[in-house]
Amino acid sequence: MNWARKPDGRFVAALGKLLRTTAFKLTLVYLLIFILFAASLLLYLALNTRRLITEQITSTVESEIRTLTEQYEQGGLRRLFFVVQVRSRRPGSSLYLVTAPNGEGLAGNISALEPGVLEHPGWRETTYRRLEAPGTPEGAEHRALVNVIQLGGFHVLVGRDLEERERLYGIIRNAGRWSFALVVVLGLVGGFFVSRRVLSRIDAMTGTAQVIMAGDLAGRLPVAGTGDELDRLADAVNAMLDRIVALMHGLSEVSDNIAHDLKTPLTRLRNRCEQALRGPTGEADYRAALEYTIEESDELIRTFDALLMIARAESGHARDNMMEFDAAEIARDVSELYEPLAEEKGLALKVDAAAAAPVRGNRELVSQALANLVDNAIKYAAPSKFNGNPAEIVVKAGSEGERIMLSVEDRGPGIPKADRGRVVERFVRLEQSRSEPGSGLGLSLASAVARLHGGELKLEDNHPGLKSTIALPRAGPLGAG
Amino acid sequence: MRLLIIEDDRDATEYLVKAFREVGHVADQAGDGEEGLALALEGQYDVLIIDRMLPKRDGLSIIADLRTQSMETPVLILSALGQVDDRVKGLRAGGDDYLAKPYAFSELLARVEALARRRGSRGEETVYRVGDLELNRLSHEVTRAGQELQLQPREFRLLEYLMRHAGQVVTRTMLLENVWDYHFDPQTNVIDVHISRLRSKIDKGFAQPLLHTVRGAGYMIRDGAR
Repeated sequence: MNWARKPDGRFVAALGKLLRTTAFKLTLVYLLIFILFAASLLLYLALNTRRLITEQITSTVESEIRTLTEQYEQGGLRRLFFVVQVRSRRPGSSLYLVTAPNGEGLAGNISALEPGVLEHPGWRETTYRRLEAPGTPEGAEHRALVNVIQLGGFHVLVGRDLEERERLYGIIRNAGRWSFALVVVLGLVGGFFVSRRVLSRIDAMTGTAQVIMAGDLAGRLPVAGTGDELDRLADAVNAMLDRIVALMHGLSEVSDNIAHDLKTPLTRLRNRCEQALRGPTGEADYRAALEYTIEESDELIRTFDALLMIARAESGHARDNMMEFDAAEIARDVSELYEPLAEEKGLALKVDAAAAAPVRGNRELVSQALANLVDNAIKYAAPSKFNGNPAEIVVKAGSEGERIMLSVEDRGPGIPKADRGRVVERFVRLEQSRSEPGSGLGLSLASAVARLHGGELKLEDNHPGLKSTIALPRAGPLGAG
Repeated sequence: MRLLIIEDDRDATEYLVKAFREVGHVADQAGDGEEGLALALEGQYDVLIIDRMLPKRDGLSIIADLRTQSMETPVLILSALGQVDDRVKGLRAGGDDYLAKPYAFSELLARVEALARRRGSRGEETVYRVGDLELNRLSHEVTRAGQELQLQPREFRLLEYLMRHAGQVVTRTMLLENVWDYHFDPQTNVIDVHISRLRSKIDKGFAQPLLHTVRGAGYMIRDGAR
């Protein structure tokens, strides 16, 4: 069973692959259709030619019979014999025979006939031998179309040789045979080359795909530059690969960050436990170490919850709980929640959300997103003064065209323009904020929530300070519909 | 108080049973959904603590079964699924409270006690009294020793919730959920600031403080004289 080892095993396999290609199968189908078409064309031609020739013969024979009948009626048998004799000697394909009632041939140019032809008047096809000049060898058998009538007890046969017709048939048959052979050979060769070309491109693509699957995401499918369907497919697949690479890159960055940001507190936690176990310490120290452990693990749980929530918002799961609500109300509620905290930190928290701002979405998530922005503002804006007064934080809800803007403006240090894109990524914290408690997930969540609702998170300069805005699509007027 | 814990994690259950015993409650345990439902139907428990994912029968279907058999024992759902929509699903299925894992025992205890007392609670009373502090739920008047106190609407709701659970520990998340209707974690402890504002209004200038901080758990309003 090692046929594949034979020298031509590979060739057989390659040929098999070639024969299985769509291009080759299509070639076969077209070939078959073309052959059927050509055959029916030839058949049509042949049938029509035959009809035409037959009609021609019939009308010629009939007119001759008419003439002979006239001659017989005018001059009797003698006249008939004479005319037949004269006409028989003319060269051409006309056939004549006059026989007596006993079957004896009296005049004409036929030496032999199929038996019984003369006994039945009317049209028929028959084989015959031509009467040759004395001395020459007997002629070959030919086919003829003949008509037999009776004139005064004598049988009169008039006909025409069908050799012309047979020759025409021969030509058509030959044409058919040759064109069939030509079509099949050309078709197969053409199909072979077309499918080999397609196959080689597909093989190149498959090869690249396998390289990519093996882990080298840098590979791209070859594009021939002809703009055909394979090129378009390759372009689409390449674009998809670019996107996958970008996503993979983002993902690996996120998991690196997650690993780092979760390992750091875990290491701290472990160190603290070890330290407590190592030294000869009393109950109070143990208690302190345990309390620290709980605090630190609570922090970890909080980070996990935030990560899960972001993942949820990004995957679109939270779309189940969408309902219509007033974003202005959220602005007021969240401000009310944070106002005492701001005051405690020496900041003035103000709300500017008078008009209704209808939004369709997940109320809880939008509240949390806004709470994160307010929390950030309080964290980073304090304790600063602006023009000698306590710095203000303004929470606004309003509409701008078809969008509802939920914004928080502070007078803090702001975010440098270059960092604004980066800070919404998970765990990214700017140098100056490292000292503040926080997970580095607040803006990520706000951004994920905004995107979940078909909106965006915008970070702008507040001259000075930061203006962070959650822009959401406006819903229909509250209470309507 | 008598509790039933339906939870398949044996370690977690042992820990809970022991912890509840230390604070003076009796807790029974069931390791799977079928056994849990059978025990719960005996009807001798004050509160049921049910895990959502259980062998043989899931937590939500136990609750649905209990409710169709008119068994109104309060149920606290414990679950590793802690997102808002999971919570909504749990409460819709007939649960009375929902706590996501991992949780602090103090949080669980506070919620279980709140649930247990809810049945014979003061939900119907018009006036709540703790010591010389009075809160009228109809007129929205709050007085301490006959002296009227000016509270903001949210402060009023905060005090109302605390007084309804007078003598019980109320955690920060319970306050956030019941007074503000938020189920997320506001990172910075905003609740503490609200409490200290409220405290300055009701306790400042009085010899006997009523609003107490319970370390590591939350807050409690009680008449310290008793």
